[in-house]
Amino acid sequence: MKDTVVPYTTPDGRTIGDVLMDMRGITLRFGGVEAIKNISFDIREGEIRAIIGPNGAGKSSMLNVISGFYNPQDGEVWFRGAKRPPMKPFQVARQGIARTFQNIALFEGMTVLDNVMTGRLTHMKTGMFAQALWKGRAEREETENREVVERIIDFLEIQAIRKTPVGRLPYGLKKRVELARALAAEPKLLLLDEPMAGMNVEEKEDMSRFILDVNDEFGTTIALIEHDMGVVMDISDRVVVMDYGRKIGDGTPDEVRGNQEVIDAYLGVAHD
Amino acid sequence: MFYREAGDFKTSYEADSQTFPIAFDRYRYWAVLAIAFLVIPFVINDYWVNAIFVPFLIYAIAAIGLNILTGYCGQVSLGTGGFMAVGAYACYKLMTGFPDVSIVIHIILAGGITAAVGAAFGLPSLRIKGFYLAVATLAAQFFLVWLFNKVSWFYNYSASGQINAPERFVAGVAVTGPNTAPWAQYMICLVFLTVCALLARNLTRGTIGRSWMAIRDMDIAAEIIGVNPLKAKLTAFAVSSFFIGISGALFFAVYLGAVEVGEAFGIQKSFLVLFMIIIGGLGSIFGSFAGAAFLVVLPVALKVIGVDWLDWPTDLVAHLQLVIVGALIMFFLIKEPHGLAQLWRVTKEKLRLWPFPY
Repeated sequence: MKDTVVPYTTPDGRTIGDVLMDMRGITLRFGGVEAIKNISFDIREGEIRAIIGPNGAGKSSMLNVISGFYNPQDGEVWFRGAKRPPMKPFQVARQGIARTFQNIALFEGMTVLDNVMTGRLTHMKTGMFAQALWKGRAEREETENREVVERIIDFLEIQAIRKTPVGRLPYGLKKRVELARALAAEPKLLLLDEPMAGMNVEEKEDMSRFILDVNDEFGTTIALIEHDMGVVMDISDRVVVMDYGRKIGDGTPDEVRGNQEVIDAYLGVAHD
Repeated sequence: MFYREAGDFKTSYEADSQTFPIAFDRYRYWAVLAIAFLVIPFVINDYWVNAIFVPFLIYAIAAIGLNILTGYCGQVSLGTGGFMAVGAYACYKLMTGFPDVSIVIHIILAGGITAAVGAAFGLPSLRIKGFYLAVATLAAQFFLVWLFNKVSWFYNYSASGQINAPERFVAGVAVTGPNTAPWAQYMICLVFLTVCALLARNLTRGTIGRSWMAIRDMDIAAEIIGVNPLKAKLTAFAVSSFFIGISGALFFAVYLGAVEVGEAFGIQKSFLVLFMIIIGGLGSIFGSFAGAAFLVVLPVALKVIGVDWLDWPTDLVAHLQLVIVGALIMFFLIKEPHGLAQLWRVTKEKLRLWPFPY
């Protein structure tokens, strides 16, 4: 285990704690293509960590490594002070990592409420036979979890569409429902893959507010991928910059903004 | 006018998540149950039981079973006939092997055995989807029918290769065998259907139902939210086969009495039950009832209208039936994939706003 980092308090009064997730020398190959080349970075408890980079830089692949879709050929994933063996995504979910997707992955045939309730699956333990009888344990557990879900529905202001099938909702609301579903799991680490893609300014402001509130009120650690630099620089504590599968920058928004390599990656370099 | 949510406030989550949130629906449900249990048994005769009621009740159980697998979990299956055969033969072997045990227990055990067989044949679903899975379950259908024909242990080495249901009693009343009263046949099927429908409803509204639907709607997202795809798919296969096994056992023991496997549980049966849930509505318990009722009543109704009233030749009516069912399948797949249940739902939504739809 890496030596612990000193907890500190941000200017707006949040406490950033120990290292929650530590990626060490991650290398991911698809056949001959190296999508991620020997990348190391850590995510600390309570912080908002952004991963940025131009298209095809390997950001989503990195998120997929964290959430267990891909197992890296090289490198170690450390979560909460222990090395994580190769895992299936549903096992990662049970460890307390939830995520949203770049192109919404909701259950279209189910209502908003049912979608968010699926987020509680990892917390619901009643066996099949108790569920078949319903009365008693299954119903009690359903109600308890419904209360948690209703708090999140309140928090994200989607009460009015509770019983609407997700397929009928507009894009912006779908994004919010997906966030609700991830939050319902009460994750230790929340991964957001482009939470603001395709939104207008107002929706982006709403979403930024929700992300900040989630972090502030629930103390959830958040790692997010986002292309809107204004948003990233405003809300994140630290930023990892990737380009062509390499890490080219890591630090506070201000540090990253001044990094020559980052500027080159985004604006291009003159070839003479 | 009575069909209103207005003024019907829920003060607890239990009340909000009940099966029939609208009071009118609740009363109608109890009324239907009361009529089914207290009125119909006293008025039906042999013709109604054998032509309509018992096949409807049994097919409704099978349709609920298949609907759990296909409608809720999204795994297409063409093995329904084969699984019904497993239920029938398991029930037969239990009935002849342990004659002193109640038939009710035999039928439930037959369901359990079918569940195990179904889960085993569900294993390919972990790797393959859609059409390919349908073909794999089709293999189950043919393999099981072949097995029950080939291995004479299953039909107790009888010369005809048939299995015959011995006479069995529930509370002193014969429910199988030649001396069964029509109302007894009806009642045992009704009790099984009621219990199965309740269990199915409870399973589909809870955690396990949501993980099935999550797998159906988007398996990747389901996995990321913590659904174990192996467990979800195999439980869907097991639960579905349990119901189908019970329906197969009832079909053999209570309805037909004597069964030749290829004839009673052939591929046609798989398609019949699949058509029921397509027409009735995928992913809906009510749809299973509606579809079963529709496909049981349609041939009878056509026969009564065509042959008895209009004096058409019998073969014309039989062909007409095929044409109508085929056309309906196409109509529903294109226009309303959620079937009669969705049409009913839309009607209810309209009714709720009637007469001022704005």
